Amino acid sequence: MDAFTTHTGRAVPLRRSNVDTDQIIPAVWLKQVSRTGFEKGLFAAWREDPSFVLNDPAYAGASVLVAGPDFGTGSSREHAVWALQQYGFRAVIAARFGDIFRNNATKMGLLPVVLPAATVEALQAAAEADPATEVTVDLQARQVRWGSETAGFEIDDYTRWRLLEGLDDIGLTLRHAEEVAAYEGGRQRWLPTTV
Amino acid sequence: MGRTLAEKVWEQHVVRRADGEPDLLYIDLHLVHEVTSPQAFDGLRMAGRKVRRPDLTIATEDHNVPTVLGPIADPVSKAQVETLRKNAAEFGVRLHPMGDAGQGVVHIIGPQFGLTQPGMTIVCGDSHTSTHGAFGALAFGIGTSEVEHVLATQTLPAYRPKTMAIEVSGELPYGVTAKDLILAVIAKIGTGGGQGHVVEYRGAAVRALSMEGRMTVCNMSIEAGARAGMIAPDETTFAYLQGRPHAPSGADWDAAVEYWRSLRTDDDAVFDTVVEIDASALTPFVTWGTNPGQGAPLDAVVPEPDDTPDPAAARRALEYMGLRAGTPLREVEVDTVFVGSCTNGRLEDLRAAAEVLRGRTVRTRTLIVPGSMQVRAEAEAEGLHEVFQAAGAEWRQAGCSMCLGMNPDTLAPGERSASTSNRNFEGRQGKGGRTHLVSPAVAAATAVTGRLTAPADL
Ligand code: SF4
Repeated sequence: MDAFTTHTGRAVPLRRSNVDTDQIIPAVWLKQVSRTGFEKGLFAAWREDPSFVLNDPAYAGASVLVAGPDFGTGSSREHAVWALQQYGFRAVIAARFGDIFRNNATKMGLLPVVLPAATVEALQAAAEADPATEVTVDLQARQVRWGSETAGFEIDDYTRWRLLEGLDDIGLTLRHAEEVAAYEGGRQRWLPTTV
Repeated sequence: MGRTLAEKVWEQHVVRRADGEPDLLYIDLHLVHEVTSPQAFDGLRMAGRKVRRPDLTIATEDHNVPTVLGPIADPVSKAQVETLRKNAAEFGVRLHPMGDAGQGVVHIIGPQFGLTQPGMTIVCGDSHTSTHGAFGALAFGIGTSEVEHVLATQTLPAYRPKTMAIEVSGELPYGVTAKDLILAVIAKIGTGGGQGHVVEYRGAAVRALSMEGRMTVCNMSIEAGARAGMIAPDETTFAYLQGRPHAPSGADWDAAVEYWRSLRTDDDAVFDTVVEIDASALTPFVTWGTNPGQGAPLDAVVPEPDDTPDPAAARRALEYMGLRAGTPLREVEVDTVFVGSCTNGRLEDLRAAAEVLRGRTVRTRTLIVPGSMQVRAEAEAEGLHEVFQAAGAEWRQAGCSMCLGMNPDTLAPGERSASTSNRNFEGRQGKGGRTHLVSPAVAAATAVTGRLTAPADL
């Protein structure tokens, strides 16, 4: 996965709550078996509306999405994360995230940042007032900075370390293969197998 | 201090615990389908890895498949299904393909085979994996990176979630179902209410539910934001399991049941959050908006946005849904009725719909889609298909069907459905489609009148 240390870019304010993963990438886009090309499906239905914020040229090339609460609820489709990344987003800021989306994002190196609702609003307002506003998402310092503002955010040490290093979870787990084998030796005998 | 059911199952599966790291959990059963697995198998291939435990893995074709007989017309869908077949063969994973007697929606076939048992950890690249919690299993949805992780290692690193108790006291009134209960729960706690939690459903009304009803309730835990939903196993659970193909037998059965009986929350255990609901006050429930928390009793009217917790979202939702505040929900006309999905595609659900449709005629396009080929066979053995066909409904093959707009069963833009599925998101059932979530009984009654209707209204 991509490592994430610090990223500076412009922000897109998405003033909607409960942006579910069916909106981020509608189901028709999930038929592909490759891992690429999902940026075309990002917010596919909403992008048909010329007034949708991503269609505003002022936000072209922005890389930080600032959304309403409960972003990424619903389906477990990791395609939502791929679509955001492939479109060019490096971080998503919201007051609350759907658990699975948030987990998927940290597996792929798209940083989900939780900030208080009022702080998210302030950042959205700043990006609306001046779309050229640069936002820095600093995982090292656990801070989001723009203009003269600084907001700290929380993220657990382990996930932060993994993101900073860009480490693949499977490789980390395989270091503990002996413990997995030992556990398997003690499983209850009645547990089902699919064979 | 005592432990909750979720904590007991979690602790039983910790392979490794270290300071400052998530627990490494062992996964007892991994369910796989065509949509969220191709990139995971690809990842294995690129890294030269194998599936660690093909014997704890099972695959089916459900999301993408048509529910009428014949080949898959859409070449992209066809390629995805063929990719699953190729991957299952290459990695030695049992697959139930289209047309197979064991094929069906992934969350319907696990319980049906007896593969879903109390105290297990179960994952799937699908958020409605929470369904399996009805057996007292810890079951949750994962993304494709995690699917690959489980395929490669049969484990998953995870942080222990918080615990929430939803205590449902009293008795559900006649005609009020598990679906109405869970829709009312979501409306009460909101789509983010369960975030970070495993929910345990408890109380007299939950104990009184059949396994099918319990699965309906646990299925929609994710719609309240929860990672998983659980119900402690009891005699109802054991009776459902006994004799199923993969359930233990003989001395193993006795040992298993003895262990399963220990899988209940200790009396002195403490939940992080407790929510209380009185079942006896509930009535048939429907959604009016574009998330499952935007619901109301069928007796109510479409609400004023300003009277809802999130007025801006409600205004957007009403605009998308083409509804006006103050309209009685019973006056909302629908074009299509869908009975099916992992929420309500089991035999009990089809019986409930058939009971309403017997001797009546539908006024809307009505799709009855069994959740699995076995459910289909069982329904036909009871003659339910004849009831549906006589009423003018379509009796389909098994699959996810109109639950999500990625197979041929979709709504056209602006079309409105009453659906027994679990998500009323914008475009969920097809671009521009409008969805009202309902129980199977309400779906069937709605098909008869063409307006949102409870069976008691007929
Ligand atoms: S029936 Fe619907 S919710 Fe269930 S697995 Fe299929 S698409 Fe997902």
